[in-house]
Amino acid sequence: MDTTRFIARHVVNLPKSGIRDFFEVVSKMQDVISLGIGEPDFDTPWHIREAAIYALEKGRTHYTSNLGLIELRRAINRYVEKNFGVSYRPEDEILVTVGVSEALDIAFRALVNPGDKVMFHQPCYVSYHPSITLTHGVAVPVPTYAKDNFALTAAALAAAWQPGSKLLMLNLPCNPTGGTCDRAQIEAIAKFCVEKDLLVLSDEIYSELTFEGGHVSIASLPGMQERTIFLHGFSKAFAMTGWRIGYACGPAALIEAMMKVHQYSMMCASIISQEGAIEALLRGEDGMKSMREQYQRRRDFIVRRFNEIGLKCHLPRGSFYAFPSVEKTGLKETDFAVGLLQAEHVAMVPGSAFGANGAGFCRACFATGYDQLIEAADRIERHVQKLAAKR
Amino acid sequence: MNPLIKLLLEGGGLSTAQMAQVLNLNEAEVNRQLDQLKKDRLLLGWRPVLNLADEDAGVVRAVIEVRITPERGGGFNRFAERISRFDEVESCYLMSGGYDLLVFVNGTSLQKVAAFVSEKLSTIEGVLSTATHFLLRSYKEQGFLLDVKSEESSRLKVTP
Repeated sequence: MDTTRFIARHVVNLPKSGIRDFFEVVSKMQDVISLGIGEPDFDTPWHIREAAIYALEKGRTHYTSNLGLIELRRAINRYVEKNFGVSYRPEDEILVTVGVSEALDIAFRALVNPGDKVMFHQPCYVSYHPSITLTHGVAVPVPTYAKDNFALTAAALAAAWQPGSKLLMLNLPCNPTGGTCDRAQIEAIAKFCVEKDLLVLSDEIYSELTFEGGHVSIASLPGMQERTIFLHGFSKAFAMTGWRIGYACGPAALIEAMMKVHQYSMMCASIISQEGAIEALLRGEDGMKSMREQYQRRRDFIVRRFNEIGLKCHLPRGSFYAFPSVEKTGLKETDFAVGLLQAEHVAMVPGSAFGANGAGFCRACFATGYDQLIEAADRIERHVQKLAAKR
Repeated sequence: MNPLIKLLLEGGGLSTAQMAQVLNLNEAEVNRQLDQLKKDRLLLGWRPVLNLADEDAGVVRAVIEVRITPERGGGFNRFAERISRFDEVESCYLMSGGYDLLVFVNGTSLQKVAAFVSEKLSTIEGVLSTATHFLLRSYKEQGFLLDVKSEESSRLKVTP
């Protein structure tokens, strides 16, 4: 029986993630140094793990409020107010979710009517475009460029804007480019959103990993809190990817709409993860800063090496990704990545997995040990030299 | 803090060549900085951290609480330095609370450690009393867990 005919059309037409293809190849190989992992190499700090164990011992094994534990929402408000300069009512303006991924999904489901246009900057995290498609929205990609260090510019937004645009999806600092915007750039984007009456979905998951210049949340700008849903989580800053815990903050009516979808699909985020998240917010700042310092030193090293090797690479101001250009090798990014993997057993993700204008680049995650980074850089250098000799 | 010290404290066990790569220095410069740190007495030396339980090295360790009468003019320092000079003494700290010095001692047998306490330590003029606690088992040494085998990383090789 042909079971595929039961699959919904919009899912059939959804392309498979480019990362998944690459993962299939890499997972079958031995001794690979992978710069293809989008998560911290640190385990979650022990005090956070221990708090979750203690919660289990205490019998904290039940459902929580749909919105999440009130203690956690209060802690989120204090943390966001202190670090992002914007305050939300724990009672009705904060929703705890299963990672930012769920927050994003329910935001789209709560906000997008079929045919509504959603703008997002590209290259971007792999799920943005498909998530828009799954809610029958129309994706409107806005390119970012290496010449701007992959910051989103208001000019690019204006050029890409189409009538019927309703939402703007931001991810600053950005996976995969590490690009982010300074205050002036964010202000220009905010002005554009007000002019065009756009609601902003701002995924700020990498904000703590901003190395220079500080992070500016668009929600903190005058007039923007009322038209922004601020999305954040614990995965990157607190090394808690597997806990799947995040949150959305925004105007009460919008949080209520998202909560409706959340309560019928997810009910609530795992209580154990919520307990761990409280501990992370209350006592995790020192550990987070120490991880950030280490990422910064690794970034400086790997970016310098890419440029020495001749793979031109801008200095990512945030995240733990470098996004070097492989143009010099004369190869397409997919061919370069596959060749590198086969010849030198180093995995980098082809930039085109993050959208069409990621072509010509590869993503290298530097959240890995120095010895691995040093060895990976040496192998990449050898590979690039061999390619040059062949040409 | 000096970037080289930060790198050392991260505990990656990097070679000087690797440290040079990370810090964008040449190896000679890294060696020069290490020498300077030693000259400045900021870097005192290198010791391996061993799991002596597994090694069955026949080492007996004890922690001794020592009460002493401080001297006019010198306080505790002269006594502390005198005690610290014994080879048996691994570490020696001035403490707040119910005793003055906390002394970590090791020896090849229980008798040898006991002899050190009774013949050397407690006979020093000014030592009022000692309380010796023998270490039975070690769980963590210098930041390393002893009984937790390092697990093969379960991270996926490629994730979005």
